[in-house]
Amino acid sequence: MNMQVSFAYHRWRKLKSLIMSIISLLCAGLVIAPLGLVLVYLIKAGAGAVDWNFFTQLPKPVGESGGGMANAIVGTLVLLGLASLMGVPIGVLGGVYLSEYGRERVNWWIRFGADILNGVPSIVWGIVAYALVVVPMKGFSAYAGGVALGFMMIPLIMRTTEEVLLLVPNGYREAALALGISRWKVIVRIVMKTAFKGIVTGVLLAGARIAGETAPLLFTAFGNRFWSHHLKDPIAALPLQIFTYAISPYDDWHRQAWAGALVLILLVLAINIGVRVLTRERFSGAGR
Amino acid sequence: MTRDLLEKQRVDQGLRSRRSPILGGALVTMNTPDRLVESGPVGDSAAVAFFVDRLSAWFGQLQAISDVNLQIPSTAVTAIIGPSGCGKSTFLRCLNRMHELVRGARLEGEIRLFGEDIYAPQVDATVVRRRVGMVFQKSNPFPTMTIAENVTVGLRLNGIRQRAVLEERMEKALQMAALWEEVKDRLDKPGMSLSGGQQQRLCIARALAVQPDVLLMDEPASALDPIATMKIEELIQKLKKTYTIVIVTHNMQQAARCSDHTAFFYLGRLIELDTTEKIFTNPSNKQTEDYVTGRFG
Repeated sequence: MNMQVSFAYHRWRKLKSLIMSIISLLCAGLVIAPLGLVLVYLIKAGAGAVDWNFFTQLPKPVGESGGGMANAIVGTLVLLGLASLMGVPIGVLGGVYLSEYGRERVNWWIRFGADILNGVPSIVWGIVAYALVVVPMKGFSAYAGGVALGFMMIPLIMRTTEEVLLLVPNGYREAALALGISRWKVIVRIVMKTAFKGIVTGVLLAGARIAGETAPLLFTAFGNRFWSHHLKDPIAALPLQIFTYAISPYDDWHRQAWAGALVLILLVLAINIGVRVLTRERFSGAGR
Repeated sequence: MTRDLLEKQRVDQGLRSRRSPILGGALVTMNTPDRLVESGPVGDSAAVAFFVDRLSAWFGQLQAISDVNLQIPSTAVTAIIGPSGCGKSTFLRCLNRMHELVRGARLEGEIRLFGEDIYAPQVDATVVRRRVGMVFQKSNPFPTMTIAENVTVGLRLNGIRQRAVLEERMEKALQMAALWEEVKDRLDKPGMSLSGGQQQRLCIARALAVQPDVLLMDEPASALDPIATMKIEELIQKLKKTYTIVIVTHNMQQAARCSDHTAFFYLGRLIELDTTEKIFTNPSNKQTEDYVTGRFG
């Protein structure tokens, strides 16, 4: 009798377990399904327009078919570079301060601030850069776009840098200090060197995160249908170009917008894969 | 070490014994220089490496060391024993100014290294640490560096660049650490590729390469197997001919095997310091006796 009760109970439990497993599998599927759908759709809609010209030519005037987004691709890379010039040193050094120097109470406020900044809508960074750069320089420019994106990178890089530096066992710091090596050399040559791949990973992820940002560029980099000859000029960027083309009434531009979206997502994907490769080496290689 | 310094220390010690009535009890009697002279090989002629006077240390509100007075003779091995939390590691870290690296840590009292006050305001902690090397419980070769780089890192980051000098010092340090024969054909392999015992000897070589006067060892063999432990202990015997060694250990057999003097710490106080033979066969203090005979700790 008792056995039978327990048997029935067990069957019910196993069934419940099965149901829950299926539900979580479905949810996991739902998480990655959009990625798959977006990729498939982008390839279907955009791959046709991605050709050699797309990477080498400027946009053609309305009515002429063909042309490419060479200036937007280069522009995005230039903007990423400018943003990194600003975001990487400030972000990394900020992370070093948090991990190596900061006092607990000060750190709490800095982390709190960085987390708030991470949540600031990206258009707000556009406004900040507009007020700080566009207005004084009396014009849209690559500089302004770089500043807007740089602001976004700082808190991202700062927090990841802090985290990977904190992962470096304290024993290394102590061992180095006990050799009579000065504090800053210990940080740069021992601690940061040990965490180097982690820091690079954080920088790349921040780059991937801002590469697709459109809103901060709307009234900073502004976009450009031609090559920019100076960083003081407005500059094209892939997300901006996609935006402009997508809301246009021309089929040819729509196709190019799809192609641009495909290239952009492949760029982000490539960065992420690079990060994976880096981190895999980190975990299998250095040990400990 | 000059004659005047020795003279000065004797004066210092004289001052201290005059203070002793206030400090009271067995603690001070154990520490008086007379006692050391009487009971051990540390005569007037032996130089004192560390002269520690009224040392107290805190972590925030918590007092880890209370009023420790002692001398550590040079070119000999001094073991520090005591139960966990008795302040022996903290004491060791006061000797090379590592204690102050902990946030909220502070200390009072005086520590002289061959006569020089290492806590004097004009003394740079990094210079003290170059003279007082340290080996840690957990071996910690730098993971980004090769065996050779690990040994020379202290020299390179202190500005020595001549290849010849670096190579010479590296070979010498590895030989002193009894590791040269094992690694001379793979100096460019990662330091982490060595076995646990070899890694610890690599850390000893790293500490020796900067040519310190003193080597502090914080339970250097507690994470090693018996054979690796034996190698470290043999190494200590070899090194004590030229270096002053202070070793913190949980392992009383180890203290008995490889030290000349033993200090017993309990609850942040120095209970007894004497020759190792005396501590382990005929300690003057009841607490010491209870501890070394395994009745507590």
